[in-house]
Amino acid sequence: MSGLHRFASPARFLRLADRIQPWTAWTAAILIGAGLAVGFGFSPPDYQQGDTVRIMYVHVPSAWMALFCYAAMAVCAAAGLIWRHPLAHVIAHGAAPIGACFTIVCLATGMLWGKPMWGRWWAWDARLTSVLILLFLYLGYIALANAFDNTTRGDRSSAILALVGAVNLPVIKFSVDWWNTLHQPASVTRIGAPAIHSSMLTPLLLMAAGFMCLFATLLFIRVRAALLERRLRALRHARAHAPPAGGMDTGTTLS
Amino acid sequence: MTAFAAALGRELRLAIREPGEAAAAVMFFVLATMLFPFGVGPEANLLARIAAGVLWVAALLAAMLSLERLFLGDYEDGSFEILALAPLPLSLIVGAKMLAHWLTTCIPLIVATPLMAVLLDLDTGGYFALVAAMALGTPTISLVGGVGAALTLGARRGGMLLSVLVLPLLIPVLIFGAGAVDAALAGHAVRQQLMVLAAMFLAASALCPWAAAAAVRQALE
Amino acid sequence: MTELYEFLAMGGYAGFVWPAYAVAAIVIGGLAVQSVRSLRSLRREVAALEEAQPRRPRHTRGRPGSGTGDAA
Repeated sequence: MSGLHRFASPARFLRLADRIQPWTAWTAAILIGAGLAVGFGFSPPDYQQGDTVRIMYVHVPSAWMALFCYAAMAVCAAAGLIWRHPLAHVIAHGAAPIGACFTIVCLATGMLWGKPMWGRWWAWDARLTSVLILLFLYLGYIALANAFDNTTRGDRSSAILALVGAVNLPVIKFSVDWWNTLHQPASVTRIGAPAIHSSMLTPLLLMAAGFMCLFATLLFIRVRAALLERRLRALRHARAHAPPAGGMDTGTTLS
Repeated sequence: MTAFAAALGRELRLAIREPGEAAAAVMFFVLATMLFPFGVGPEANLLARIAAGVLWVAALLAAMLSLERLFLGDYEDGSFEILALAPLPLSLIVGAKMLAHWLTTCIPLIVATPLMAVLLDLDTGGYFALVAAMALGTPTISLVGGVGAALTLGARRGGMLLSVLVLPLLIPVLIFGAGAVDAALAGHAVRQQLMVLAAMFLAASALCPWAAAAAVRQALE
Repeated sequence: MTELYEFLAMGGYAGFVWPAYAVAAIVIGGLAVQSVRSLRSLRREVAALEEAQPRRPRHTRGRPGSGTGDAA
């Protein structure tokens, strides 16, 4: 655990972020560029689904990232609650909107992939339904995180919610799968993952790695913004409570 | 145990003294169920097919309404701080409140459900499964809803926020609750769904009071 | 040129493949732009506030009438 605490102080975290962020940003761009190039240029269309399989190169990585972000939030929540890690809640707050955006991308691309395959924009397929519920877990987390005036209340409540949600995710997945197989609508042929031939696997993994670096970059930016916002709140608080006594020359007007 | 009984007794006396809360939840349940025939039409076999789902969703929403007040009364007038100092661990106090909510709100819902099922022309085969599933499912609603109520203590727009947080977590209860009735109507054994509902209830009764106590403790700081 | 059209046609599924990537680009791009813009505006505000009210006016404590020296 001591390793994690080395990055505990915000200042050290920011110095680390300054060093790593340009790297993750560039690797993200390169990996996604390569993924798209290979995905569109060198991998064949699927014998069954034709070219729509290329949607998989953005749909599947975003689904992985949606789940990964929620897992990361749950770990940060636990670190924040159990070890009182000062930065954990800020990181979880930064990660939530990114995870929600990945979930939205996953759902949108899933629907765009479903239309040519199933003839309908939305089908109550077990995976799409679980991701839809995951999106509402994200939105609930974000709503709760911003629902309190003082930040520590918002941090702890949303951390507990992230843990409760993480415990519930497998139960939700199990019951949605069971429910879907029971009400299997005849027209929705359950599309198994297409046999991943290496020519399709490489772009998929490239895009997944690219999305991971993209997540890291966005997380650094959002955590930095969250730290600044808390600092701003502290500064405003200090200013409101300690107006300069007779500070003539500074002339600070309460703008 | 006597401390737990005392805490529970206090909650029940409070609830009995103002029966309006439980009555409001049941009235909402009846009204919500009654709206559906106007929406989908009075045709019997269509109503029978959707009856289980409609009853379960209406019961879920009715329970959501009454959950907001679960901790708010004691939290606002400060008596929660005193309760927290009691010899009883906080999770048992919170558990007593959830149990009181189940007794005062969910039991009337369970009683009202078969009556409303008659309005929705539910086939006779489904009644036992419906009541059994409700009896096993509604405690989980009170438990998980209690965690949501504890989390949104003192939040802006707490009531609405509570539903947004808790409803996604209660989807498994809805799936297996309505699934039990459908299985009964289709003639299959209902044991499987009821066992899963019971499992969820036991898991929730172990985890939710503890999580809600943690949420209340950080709300009291 | 036909090579390009063939490519863009995506085997007849152009209406689904390109919008899928467009949605991904818009959502993720929008998030990135919003994050960077909020970071910049926060930086400006914090810098403005900090320079207007130095947090630890160490050197001013001794000199009389030096503004915020004796503030809380």
